[in-house]
Amino acid sequence: MNHYSGFKNALIVFVLLLSMLYALPNIFGSDLAVQVSSAGDALIANQDLDKVKNALKAQQIEFKSVELSNQRILARFKGNRQQLLAKNALKQALGRRYVVALNLAPSVPAWLANLGGKAISLGLDLRGGVHFLLEVDMESVISASMDKAYNELRVLLRKDRLYKSIKQENGSIVIRFKHAELKDKAAQLVKSELSDLVVLDNNTNELLLNIGISESAQKQAKKSALKQNITTLRNRVNELGVAEPIIQQQGSERIVVQLPGVQDTARAKEILGAVATLEFRLVDEKNDPQTAIQSGRVPIGSKLFYFKNGRPLLLKSRVITTGENITGAASGIDQENNTPMVNITLDSIGGRAMLDTTKKYLHHRMAVVFIENKVETITKNGKTIKKRTTTRDIINAATIQGTFSSRFQITGIDSAGKARNLALLLRAGSLSAPIEIIEERTIGPSLGADNITKGVISVLVGFVLVLLFMIVRYRVFGMVANVALTLNLLMIVSVLSLLQATLTLPGIAGIVLTVGMAVDANVLIFERIKEELGANSNIQKAISSGYDKALLTIADANITTLIAALVLFGFGTGPIKGFAITLSIGIITSMFTAIIVSRAIINKIYGGKELKEISI
Amino acid sequence: MSLKVLNIPTIDFVGKYTYAIIFSVLLISASIFSLTTNGLKLGIDFTGGTLIEVSYQQGVDLAEIRATLAKAKFKGANVQYFGSTNEILIRLEPQSISSAKLSSKIIYLLGDDVDIRRVEFVGPKVGEELTNDGGLAMLYALIGILIYVAVRFEYRFSLGSIAALIHDVIITLGFFSLFQIEFDLTVLAAILAVIGYSLNDTIVAFDRIRENFLSTRHVDTSRIINVALNQTLSRTITTSLTTLLVLLALFFLGGETIHSFALALLIGVVVGTYSSIYVASSMILVLGITKEDLLPSEKEKQAVDTRP
Repeated sequence: MNHYSGFKNALIVFVLLLSMLYALPNIFGSDLAVQVSSAGDALIANQDLDKVKNALKAQQIEFKSVELSNQRILARFKGNRQQLLAKNALKQALGRRYVVALNLAPSVPAWLANLGGKAISLGLDLRGGVHFLLEVDMESVISASMDKAYNELRVLLRKDRLYKSIKQENGSIVIRFKHAELKDKAAQLVKSELSDLVVLDNNTNELLLNIGISESAQKQAKKSALKQNITTLRNRVNELGVAEPIIQQQGSERIVVQLPGVQDTARAKEILGAVATLEFRLVDEKNDPQTAIQSGRVPIGSKLFYFKNGRPLLLKSRVITTGENITGAASGIDQENNTPMVNITLDSIGGRAMLDTTKKYLHHRMAVVFIENKVETITKNGKTIKKRTTTRDIINAATIQGTFSSRFQITGIDSAGKARNLALLLRAGSLSAPIEIIEERTIGPSLGADNITKGVISVLVGFVLVLLFMIVRYRVFGMVANVALTLNLLMIVSVLSLLQATLTLPGIAGIVLTVGMAVDANVLIFERIKEELGANSNIQKAISSGYDKALLTIADANITTLIAALVLFGFGTGPIKGFAITLSIGIITSMFTAIIVSRAIINKIYGGKELKEISI
Repeated sequence: MSLKVLNIPTIDFVGKYTYAIIFSVLLISASIFSLTTNGLKLGIDFTGGTLIEVSYQQGVDLAEIRATLAKAKFKGANVQYFGSTNEILIRLEPQSISSAKLSSKIIYLLGDDVDIRRVEFVGPKVGEELTNDGGLAMLYALIGILIYVAVRFEYRFSLGSIAALIHDVIITLGFFSLFQIEFDLTVLAAILAVIGYSLNDTIVAFDRIRENFLSTRHVDTSRIINVALNQTLSRTITTSLTTLLVLLALFFLGGETIHSFALALLIGVVVGTYSSIYVASSMILVLGITKEDLLPSEKEKQAVDTRP
């Protein structure tokens, strides 16, 4: 009685050793590091490793090590100064094809890392950083596909001059015909040619046809807008230089962006949310903008634009080329008058258009227009509304001095910072639909560090208090429970490290709670043993039936709590999820340590002996 | 069976049910009254808005900061100390300029010599969703528990445990409402943990009640329940104490951010311990549980009979 087989004991020891092994990576701390990864699809190769080493040596920056693993190069440094110097040096030496970012690299020894040992990944609230939830404005996606459908319809129906008029109205396209026959013919044509569109049969007027966009096409448009925005955001984050960013879809119209370690949130927000592009147009030099404003009539073929300072200018309606044709952009300083500028490189289509225009309109003026789409949710009189704004500002209008094609400069930018941002946005590509930041959580590095210290201290203090309490209350059995509890903590740490689940502050609270509740299983068992001792003179039998009878109760109690924890995990967000993860893991590991491990130890101490009394 | 011999207390819990019910009804009424009149002081997680925590090298004057913000037309700003006079917390309700940019503007106004500890911005729509999701999570947790307990025990036990849970949640919420302590997402998580904890306690008592029903020939329900409560009393108190110990550590050492989380759990654990002794078991007594209800053979027979 009260004896585990050698195999069972060995299995228990094996599981515990395994937990120790995988909890081990957490004691090594981390190094200040600079991380180099690829900005595009190109792979990082060994020659890049040499480049990094040479760049550091050239600048005489001391480093601990430089290694390549998982498609990224990590250079570790002793101090903060070297780290910052190295980041700047590498950024200059490597150029734009690489993302150079500051990082904290866990210093897990190689043999342990090879076994898959990893340190727990800390949430933003513990390491500092910023979390954004972005919402894609799907209404503008739909209205853009509406515009596209409108143009397609016009082209399709114009061939045979089928319609009398066509216009967009209340989310559908209304076409007017001269007689009913033409309406039927057009409906047929739309059905066979434009599969994304549907003929809405809600118009009883026999001369009018309503056409909308099919459900599946709408869905597809939204899906691709989201996907394209994620790609663009990823490019922009790469440009910002962030180590281990998270950019992922949440639901059907939202994107989560997490940037660990980023402090300049104002710039991050500006860069992530900007829906900006450029247009190049010729200046209408024959007409005066002031007369156009006063008369309210803009000449045909021209459009009225304004500079940032409010000065009006008439530009030609025809666009020479847009930001979509830009393949490269770099900010710099114009040598002549020492002002910020952006160097632009166009693709072949844009280059040809530019060449044709500059040839034909030499010594005329050309303007660069900066276009930005914004969507904001504002609260007005207790109601929340979405406000969409599009701003079109002329950055500059200069005389074309000579012919050029794919390479040229844009000058007249206010500040070096603005030039940098503009170049970045042009490089990373534009968002296909405006996005809005609907949630932001920034944790500064000092608060993150505080949270870790306070979290760890409160876990330790609570833990020690429980240990003392258990020894006073149950003596030898209490010590056994304490060993089980310690092993439980170890197992939670190792499972969290292995799963690479993110540990957050509420997660630590979950661990604290598990510590309190994990002893419950042992308390149940011990109280039951005490009871059995009163009713039964055989001590061995009392221990055995104490464990057996408490088992069902423990299972019931833990499963119900686990249900609650899993529901929290499934439906909760953010902090709730972090709490649910550690609570769930804690419940499962505590069942193992409190029931099986404690039993194994009790068996070793008391099993198979003639006993007069036990210390409980 | 004689409890004296087994060195087990013989407290007459069941005999005091009337007082317990009056006490609970009073607490719940007070909580509901406060919740309907004062309401909860909801944090920006639920209302939407902006929250900024900054720390200075030295203590700062709140009036100065308020003046700076008022000059820049941030009229609805609520400025207060957070932990010490070096740290301040600025709260802004959702307003006409409410957007992610708002926080950048305020940080700019505060100047360069501040250390940004935390910025939270929650859009009005997100706040609404978090409220709904939180409520739903609670509802689903309750339904899941209801089903599990009904399957493992009996429906009366299910109702008893849910009654205890609702009791605990309302009183904890009532406390937060009465003292106007901010209710944010972490407090919601704490309330959900209270559900888990209180349930744990209740199930342990129920388990013993069922066991006693099946193992003795007594038919006096109230006596059986009372014996079971006495048998589990030592465990109930020990576990509550260990949990309270860690929660106190969390409350005093866990830092400001975790303060209300720990507080909610402290209240919840105390109320939950009380309710598992008095509320849950008095419910099953009132609902008229008998030995026959728990006999497995009888139960299966019934199940077969009700099948179409």
